[in-house]
Amino acid sequence: MSDTTFAPSYGPVAIPVRELLPWAIFGGLLLMLAIYFIGAEEGATSLIRGTYVHEFVHDGRHLLGFPCH
Amino acid sequence: MVGKLLLRGMLVGLVAGILAFAFARVYGEPQVDKAIAFEEQQAQAAGEAPEPEMVSRAIQAGIGLATGVLVYGAALGGLFSLVFAYAYGRLGSLGPRGTSALLALLGFLAVIVVPGLKYPANPPAVGNPETIAYRTELFFIMIVISIAAMVAAVGLAQRLWNRLGAWNASIAAALAFLVVFALVKAALPDINEVPESFSATVLWQFRVASLGIQLVLWTVVGLGFGAVVERVVGVRDQRGPARRYA
Repeated sequence: MSDTTFAPSYGPVAIPVRELLPWAIFGGLLLMLAIYFIGAEEGATSLIRGTYVHEFVHDGRHLLGFPCH
Repeated sequence: MVGKLLLRGMLVGLVAGILAFAFARVYGEPQVDKAIAFEEQQAQAAGEAPEPEMVSRAIQAGIGLATGVLVYGAALGGLFSLVFAYAYGRLGSLGPRGTSALLALLGFLAVIVVPGLKYPANPPAVGNPETIAYRTELFFIMIVISIAAMVAAVGLAQRLWNRLGAWNASIAAALAFLVVFALVKAALPDINEVPESFSATVLWQFRVASLGIQLVLWTVVGLGFGAVVERVVGVRDQRGPARRYA
């Protein structure tokens, strides 16, 4: 047995956390921002003045299950 | 490696979004139209002036709906791929397809089904505009609690795995999740803003359509993502050291 780790000799190989972390932080934030614009902008909170975004994605917002109006 | 997963996740999510849009057009839009007709009828009966239409119904039900569902789908696929990147290789010996399918099932339960049982989707005409901030807050609190409970349940199952065996460990973790859900469901305030005279049939069909859209999204992401990353992620085979296709 030359293998000194406790990992099984075959199977999936996990991605190290330090390789994953930057992607998770930046990617995760951007993707959540996208969901925010579809789901909540100009509803409960508003970054842009007016109601155009809200009206434009109105049907999607209702059908995707977000609280609306 | 993670970048490749992220890109593939977003693309699969986009495909899922296209299919979900078709589903929403066929099953969701008729209910939205009926709810809006009810809303207008109520406003007319109350003698209110009709709301000015800033975006036409055709745009809302067409390009607007498509934008909403496609962006949501791509974002869901991307976030899913990031969770997958962490979970892969950390959920026992499950391969890429199994990890993806299991994550989608658990995610669908934690993000959609469980929060939806407490705060279900509502069609237009349901919901008081004055409580939107309160309702949105509760909706997201419910999702956060549900995800946290699911993560804890998976951790519990892993801890009990060797002692109880796969089946019993999973059942114990599922029961723990249910207990948390029951407590939270009882503790958080209920919201019911459905008007007295709103059609029960429309409400039911709208909610089924809404759940169906999510089911399409999560199924396509869960099964599709596993298939497209099968050759990207690392596997160690029986004979040699760690091998990566990437």
